[in-house]
Amino acid sequence: MRRRARTPVVGRSVPRREGLEKVTGAARYIDDLSFPGMLHGLTVRSTVPAGEIQSIRFDFDPSGFTIVDHTDIPGRNVVAAIVDDQPCLAERTVRHVAEPIVLLAHESRERLAAAKVHIDYSPGTPVFDPAASKETLKAITIEKGDVGRGFDAADVIVEGEYRVGHQEHVYIEPNGVIAVPSGSGVTVYGSLQCPYFVHKALKTLLGLPGDKVRVVQTETGGGFGGKEEYPSIIAGHASLLALKSGRPVKLVYDRSEDMLATTKRHPGVIRHRSGVTRDGRLTALAIDVLLDGGAYTTLSPVVLSRALIHACGPYRCDNVRVTGRVVMTNTPPNGAFRGFGAPQTQFAMEVQMERIAETLGLDPVRVREVNALRAGDTTATGQRIGRDASALRVLGEAVRRTDFRRRRKALAGTNRGLGLALFLHGAGFTGSGEVRLASKASLELTGRGARIRVANTEIGQGARTTLAQIVADTLGMPIDAIEVSQPDTARVPDSGPTVASRTCMVVGGILEQCAREMKRQLAGMTPREYLRRHGPLVVTRQYEPPPGISFDEETYRGDAYATFAWACDVAEVGFDPVTYEVRPVKMTAVQEFGRPINPVLAAGQIEGGTAQGLGYALLEEVVMLDGRMANAQLTNYLVPTTRDTPPIDVVMVENRYRHGPFGAKGVGELPFDGAAPAIVNAIRHLGIDIRDLPATPERIMEAIDRGGRGIRRKA
Amino acid sequence: MRTPVSAFEHLEPRSLRDALRLLNDERPPVPMAGCTDLYVSLKFGTLGGTRFLNLWNLDELRRIRVERDILSIGALATFGQLIKSPVVQKRLPSLVAAAREIGAVQIQNRGTLGGNIVNASPAGDALPVLAVAEATLVLRSLGGTRRVPFTAFYTGYRQTVMRPDELLVAVEIPPVEGTQWFRKVGTRAAQAIAKVVMAAVRAPRPRVALGSVAPTVVRVPRTEAVLASGGSIEEAQAALQTEIHPIDDLRSTAAYRRRVSANLLALFWRQTGQGEPRA
Amino acid sequence: MRFNLNGKTVDVRAHPMARLLDVLREECGLTGTKEGCGEGECGACTVLVNGEAVNACLVPFGQVRGASIVTIEGLRGRHPLQRAFVTEGGSQCGFCTPGTIMAAAALPKHATLDEVRTGLAGNLCRCTGYSAIYRAIAKAQLAQGGGTTTTNRKRNTRRQGTIR
Repeated sequence: MRRRARTPVVGRSVPRREGLEKVTGAARYIDDLSFPGMLHGLTVRSTVPAGEIQSIRFDFDPSGFTIVDHTDIPGRNVVAAIVDDQPCLAERTVRHVAEPIVLLAHESRERLAAAKVHIDYSPGTPVFDPAASKETLKAITIEKGDVGRGFDAADVIVEGEYRVGHQEHVYIEPNGVIAVPSGSGVTVYGSLQCPYFVHKALKTLLGLPGDKVRVVQTETGGGFGGKEEYPSIIAGHASLLALKSGRPVKLVYDRSEDMLATTKRHPGVIRHRSGVTRDGRLTALAIDVLLDGGAYTTLSPVVLSRALIHACGPYRCDNVRVTGRVVMTNTPPNGAFRGFGAPQTQFAMEVQMERIAETLGLDPVRVREVNALRAGDTTATGQRIGRDASALRVLGEAVRRTDFRRRRKALAGTNRGLGLALFLHGAGFTGSGEVRLASKASLELTGRGARIRVANTEIGQGARTTLAQIVADTLGMPIDAIEVSQPDTARVPDSGPTVASRTCMVVGGILEQCAREMKRQLAGMTPREYLRRHGPLVVTRQYEPPPGISFDEETYRGDAYATFAWACDVAEVGFDPVTYEVRPVKMTAVQEFGRPINPVLAAGQIEGGTAQGLGYALLEEVVMLDGRMANAQLTNYLVPTTRDTPPIDVVMVENRYRHGPFGAKGVGELPFDGAAPAIVNAIRHLGIDIRDLPATPERIMEAIDRGGRGIRRKA
Repeated sequence: MRTPVSAFEHLEPRSLRDALRLLNDERPPVPMAGCTDLYVSLKFGTLGGTRFLNLWNLDELRRIRVERDILSIGALATFGQLIKSPVVQKRLPSLVAAAREIGAVQIQNRGTLGGNIVNASPAGDALPVLAVAEATLVLRSLGGTRRVPFTAFYTGYRQTVMRPDELLVAVEIPPVEGTQWFRKVGTRAAQAIAKVVMAAVRAPRPRVALGSVAPTVVRVPRTEAVLASGGSIEEAQAALQTEIHPIDDLRSTAAYRRRVSANLLALFWRQTGQGEPRA
Repeated sequence: MRFNLNGKTVDVRAHPMARLLDVLREECGLTGTKEGCGEGECGACTVLVNGEAVNACLVPFGQVRGASIVTIEGLRGRHPLQRAFVTEGGSQCGFCTPGTIMAAAALPKHATLDEVRTGLAGNLCRCTGYSAIYRAIAKAQLAQGGGTTTTNRKRNTRRQGTIR
């Protein structure tokens, strides 16, 4: 009997699986949940950026309160990460404002809010300027060829310094968890990206074996990296309160506390010195990167790593020296945020390329064309670019679609500017990171079809849907036959974190392998027949790297990523000379990420990432006063509203990646990287010399006062 | 976060008279209108009261009407009401323009004109409009009614001449001769706080008022005099700099505010005039 | 205190100074309305009071006596906006979605794209960049017999926008 042909779902815009729950208000986020006997938690934090705690005095009636300090920690007082330098609760030394010191829990939120805790400090000497910091958290150098010789071969040398500030995630749902004591262990429910990161941190903090700690991700209202490593801290706090009180404890931050205390994008200063020939070819690139890590190491070494690997952008150059440091300052630790170092250095590279074009009197498209990586070229780490390179293709398409050259000429001298940025993003963990993660995914046969068991989380990007699409088509089953398990460490294997644009490409790839094997074992039987005949079936597979990939982490040479995604953004802006305001009028985003598994969801990543990049470019500024975020309210930390966001023309260029499921690469972060430099290059087209983010009206006014409207070419 | 309210007292007057009686107390309650900044103020500790007087249902304070050629706007009229009111659109379009720029729709549907006035923020978007329209504020207490010129209402940063037993009940605006002009330069394109906000009237007697450039909303009489006497726009801009006192703050800088104020003055003059201003 | 909630008269006991948001979520058990900021900036708490979109985090409970309140639950999954948000990608993480849908529900049926942008300026979304939200609203307008010059061409562009 012939089976009816089914329509494949990969490549189609299957509606988001949990869409109905989200549009009806039925989706349950952490603050929507309650447990019997639940207490509410509160974190008492440092008000000084550096110092030693001298005394702690509780000025409230303690009845009904649970109070936790570092002495209550059963395991080790660390937030387990790369380097265990961050305490979960400060013992004596405080290294940043908002550092957690004491935890309180009570049934009544009013009693909790009224509880006064007085802490006396002997103040230390804080360091706020990264350039003045004497504590380097990590330093990396990437070298290729001989920059000295490269500069000698140059006709012109162009230097520049570029600065980028903090950026706050502003996921619309703030951080929150509920910890529930169970037996001698604990279960933590929460808004998070990486259940197993939290699991690992709790084992260390609580001194518990893996089977006594359970972490369950609840519906999560946005992450963007801000719920990658930070939840280990809030989960640790809630768990300590839960274990001490013997009651479930809900710990949810309000917006101000979230902005004040949690991680942000690393600020940076990037210095460029480029040697170029008169026709625009790069002969030498010397780049120095200084990132501000904040008070503890957290993920800074990895952010620095990705920042430096992307520092040369999508360009080829035989002689490269990239040096970088991430340093400690007495500010709240910085952490993961979409792009993870690449936006900072690619901003600098793209504005530097623009300045090279300006200096040589060359067309900015030409300068990109001459230097763009092509198949056969090598990157700064010596990675040979293969047929999955699309730099010229996306550039050409963006230029064609926006009629870039003609429009730029037409707009010259007006109050409209047009600029572009060419960029790339390596998908998956750097180097042998994916191999070390050793991610595992499982597929379980059910009566109706199959159940996906992975630790990767739906955080809005559509993972729950795209992974189901990949499995459905591989198995040849309808998508409704595929369930996706809630990420629960008691029920799913460690398939790695939901970060680094890896979920679809890497974990989707492992699931594809699982599904192939399951299909083979089914051998034409229906799931029901198989289960009746053979009993349960769970297929588990582990990540296998594509053949021929190798990276040396000592020398920073080799294949940094399995593959890159490529993009070109064009920004058109309008300028108001009365108010110095720049208003984005239109964005065009031409992006190659293999192919979209689900076009609506992929477009969502591109539109959302581009809009977030616009905020980074023009509006979002963290004002730090004495190490404390002074504008920790949405009134004063500005993300783009509807009226700040222009139409975004999305073009998806296909270039199927051989080792990605159905040809897909990662797309979560790529769109963010290019929006800000495209905007700033459009501002430069107006004749305004901007090199720092955000390009606020105040900075634009200062740039015009300094240099007028007309960028002078230097010999 | 859920605000601790169990210790708060909520008073609900049935009439204006009732409200005035409740205000006539040693510990007068805090009048509550649209409440668009109530919970924020409570949270950040800038509002210390625990007794609240809920005015929301006093519909008599929301009326918008013209009486003897005076436009009278009840203190509880929301910005949404102002935007939709044909009589305000006709007589005071600059107030409609200001109302459209306050927050966004959700804020406009609750925020009241009276609240904006009594809140006394130097950045209040409607305040420069009332300053150049030379509005009169109608204050009531158990003791009676008094009328205060808008331009005499503020005495310092967030300070007014209102007594604790008084309620602002209406704003009276005489006919405005000349062309009305309004511009807000906000921190972003919507849901924004003003970095500089300016209202102006082009008439034989030109009037200009600005917000966010001093501890209160300010009229700029020297600047107005230069414009009235036919001085150049550069002279007017120079006079303007002596009458505003902007500061650096979280949102912007004094230098930016000075420059943009001057630019807005020139823009106003250009957009409302017949070609170039006289040099 | 009595008021009309999602079409039914209810009598709910809560402190008059409690935020409407908390009363809806806790005393009434309707957790669809969310708290994103508590400052009236993000709009995640948008509900309709007497047909007008307001931030429930700013409204004291004592001010809704006798009012008619509609929350996301009151749309019962049957509003064309809800289906459109699912098919057009108007909802990603979903946290701003209830508030955004309520604000959109308060827009006139023939709202232009410009009016939609203004009407939603008080609803922050960090995931979508807003484009898919406009597409969802345009689709819902068509379903309701409304709609004007909203940006439908974007949808077609995207389908054809994949270049092989």
